[in-house]
Amino acid sequence: MGHGSMLRKEDARFLRGRGRFVDDIQLPGMLHAAVLRSPYAHARIVSVDTSAAESHPLVRAVITGEMLADRGLAWMPTLSHDVQAVLATDKVRYQGQEVAFVVAENRYAARDALALIDVEYEPLTPVVDAQQALAPDAPLVRDEIDGRTDNHIFDWEAGDAAATDAVFAAAAHVSACDLLYPRVHPAPLETCGIVASSDAVSGKLTVYATAQAPHAHRAMYASIAGIPEQKIQIIAPDIGGGFGNKVGMYPAYLCAVVASVITGAPVKWTEDRSENLMTTSFARDYHMRGEIAATADGTILGLRVRVLADHGAFNGTAQPSKFPAGFFHTFTGSYDIPAAHCRVTGVYTNKAPGGVAYACSFRITEASYLVERMVDVLAHDLGLDPAAVRMGNLLRPEQFPYVCATGWEYDSGDYARALELALEMAGYDELRREQVAQRQAYEETGRGTVMGVGISFFTEAVGAGPRKMMDVFGFGMADGADLRVHPSGSAVLAVSCMSQGQGHETTFAQLVAEELGISPDDVEVVQGDTDRTPFGLGTYGSRSTPVSGAATVVVARKVRERARIVAAAMLEVAPADLEWTKGRFDVRGVPGVGVTIGEIARAAHSDLELPEGVEGHLDASCVYNPPNLTFPFGAYICVVDVDPGTGQVKVRRFVAVDDCGVRINPMIVEGQIHGGLADGIGMALMELIAFDGDGNHLGASFMDYLLPTAVECPSWELGTTVTPSPHHPIGAKGVGESATVGSPAAVVNAVLDAIGVRHADMPLTPAQVWRAVQGRPMRTDLAVSDGW
Amino acid sequence: MSYGQSSVVREVGVDERRITVTVNGEKRVVEVEPRLLLAHLLREGLALTGTHLGCDTTSCGACTVLVDGTPVKSCTMLAVQADGHEITTVEGLGTPSELDPVQEGFSREHALQCGFCTPGMMLTSHALLESNPDPSEEEVRWAISGNLCRCTGYQNIVKAVLWAAEKKSGGVS
Repeated sequence: MGHGSMLRKEDARFLRGRGRFVDDIQLPGMLHAAVLRSPYAHARIVSVDTSAAESHPLVRAVITGEMLADRGLAWMPTLSHDVQAVLATDKVRYQGQEVAFVVAENRYAARDALALIDVEYEPLTPVVDAQQALAPDAPLVRDEIDGRTDNHIFDWEAGDAAATDAVFAAAAHVSACDLLYPRVHPAPLETCGIVASSDAVSGKLTVYATAQAPHAHRAMYASIAGIPEQKIQIIAPDIGGGFGNKVGMYPAYLCAVVASVITGAPVKWTEDRSENLMTTSFARDYHMRGEIAATADGTILGLRVRVLADHGAFNGTAQPSKFPAGFFHTFTGSYDIPAAHCRVTGVYTNKAPGGVAYACSFRITEASYLVERMVDVLAHDLGLDPAAVRMGNLLRPEQFPYVCATGWEYDSGDYARALELALEMAGYDELRREQVAQRQAYEETGRGTVMGVGISFFTEAVGAGPRKMMDVFGFGMADGADLRVHPSGSAVLAVSCMSQGQGHETTFAQLVAEELGISPDDVEVVQGDTDRTPFGLGTYGSRSTPVSGAATVVVARKVRERARIVAAAMLEVAPADLEWTKGRFDVRGVPGVGVTIGEIARAAHSDLELPEGVEGHLDASCVYNPPNLTFPFGAYICVVDVDPGTGQVKVRRFVAVDDCGVRINPMIVEGQIHGGLADGIGMALMELIAFDGDGNHLGASFMDYLLPTAVECPSWELGTTVTPSPHHPIGAKGVGESATVGSPAAVVNAVLDAIGVRHADMPLTPAQVWRAVQGRPMRTDLAVSDGW
Repeated sequence: MSYGQSSVVREVGVDERRITVTVNGEKRVVEVEPRLLLAHLLREGLALTGTHLGCDTTSCGACTVLVDGTPVKSCTMLAVQADGHEITTVEGLGTPSELDPVQEGFSREHALQCGFCTPGMMLTSHALLESNPDPSEEEVRWAISGNLCRCTGYQNIVKAVLWAAEKKSGGVS
């Protein structure tokens, strides 16, 4: 009835152009806004003259930092206990930073008026290279904070340093490697936007926004602007992809709210692509030094990591507040590694804030890339086959639940089976034979391409999380679900997660359908509207299925137990005498005597006399506090053909075996994986946010920030194993970010395997590959200072 | 909430041109600034919000519409240039009750997730099948290479277009 590859309910409107996205919303009297942005990465603001803009006939308001400062709103708190400038007052700290906010009668006029604002800047030397941020003579990014003398944000560590050092001191072999996970951007196809509508009469603020966590946004507005929470309604309508870009609040959202209060009219702001790429949450930017200790035959003994994390000018990283480096300490990956330690140092630079985004599961992309590269470096140094090294070190099924060296308790896994399946699907041994022959031919002729095979075996940690350990902005990461069954037996489920394309309208209806034995078509899923849904922290970190999905199953089971009591009253038997089969309760041992869920629903709303204390109706609520995260895993194999003469890389094949436990809707799971695999090709080969020495952003449009098209992507070859999560009500694990986490290392490992190079940093563009072939790969994030 | 006409097409004191465009078979006469992009005329002037904007450099193709049957990125065409031409948007691709085979294929093959690229992607695919009723996978991939998708990894889009081709040739029912 419930689980299975049913077609999506939400498709009907999207196929007809009848989705409702933020920029589709048109309210009576609505005004349009545009943001004036800094041309400098670092500069003092001497003056801001808005008089000419204000006299534009279609302009209704121009808001500056000084105006916000008068209202106490020039700065706003971030999700990492820092503050971020809403509109700059003292100085600008990254190129593209918000300086003024113009509201006009249409979007063209708002843009026109930007050119009429005169800002005088006094340029300052920017901090661009994170590795120079802590130098004694580095310019100070955050001089507005009393007593601050450097650009250091935090130091954070996990694991046992002493035990790890001891293992390294005694190890037969140690490999070390510097790895950069360059700054990239989630770049959802729909950019960020808002329509803010403040009603002067009722005092109610209605906000339509691209919000992955609408309830958190409501709490933020209440906290920042002092508006009573019951007077704030956040509505996240259809969202054109989020990928972590739409979790936090952006300065222009708050400006739109202020502008609506000032003008008394609804105010719409929609950023353009270049604003999205330059100023909203970036991802990654981890400079990592990995060390791996092993025996001479490749048994891994220890892993030691030092990270320099570039957080930009404001620490706005979106993650559980006790985890400044997210879940990076999952970096021991899928292996039984006795000793591990990491230390992460965060620094300010003159760049946009962010860090946690782009399907990273709170820095697990970085962790997974680190370990999967280090295993290949180890195999390279020892002259071993990378598949064999992995197979020899993978956790075994009987070790679960497994507590890793940094403290995570992995729920379940059958890793060798997944890797064996992937190797078999890829025809690994045959590929290696082909590779030898091809390499020989290339060496003889100096022509043609060389083939490479790259493996990545990842373990994810998703479903944040247990409220005792994990909170965002002080809110424990439990999520609610409300279920109402109508008298006719159809139902409405309201959840706190918020789909951005992941198909929740379909899969959450399937969960209810499976538990109650009704058709998914008869279950309406409500999400995104804070007046209509229970509190919760939204959709990111692949947490919907682990947390909200669990809440949905539990609430449906509560309803089923209520239905049992009602059915018992209907049938005049004891509740314990009833037996549930999909959609009906029958009297045990009396064939044919029973009632359906529809009949029970009708009776629950009728004049049927119910036992003492039972109030009637078939409604229930649940708040689900997960006991642990879920740990999906996968084995990925990428096959590439590389032309060493040009550096061109062609992805020939990509085999992906994913295990996310029980699959609610296999069709949707596969679509999630396809999308994440394309991300991996993008990050590994094409995507980069780079800066020049002056802090100019060099990836500010789709002309420079390259995303894979249908031509760069192969036909994905997917495989499945099913290892249920023992603590989840239906054994399901999250999966949305798995492929983005797992795939970049497979692509990089494949390219480096093809050209026989130990390491080169992403993106492996033709230029980078060509230079790697010449033996001099480079740091690609600093284009000018590295002498491009 | 309404999707009413906004001020981009009627604005006092601005140089405006009267143009006639046929949109999804319906003749529309509107007055527009010469600089108004076709995408904004469709979205804000005519309330056809299925056409989306995903970039500012003509890269993503979310705004693709058919101009006299040819796919065009409507963010890179002025509304005045559409004067006298026939435009098809996603709202005119099928009828409310009967979907175009491409639309049906997208649903059956799960070729959309967030749905933001979908209108442009389907219009490009529709035009491909008009000119090449039996494309290879490779031809489909090249045909849609001007349309970016961030969700699907393209595979199911390719399958959807091939499904639609087969349906149009009478191969599936």
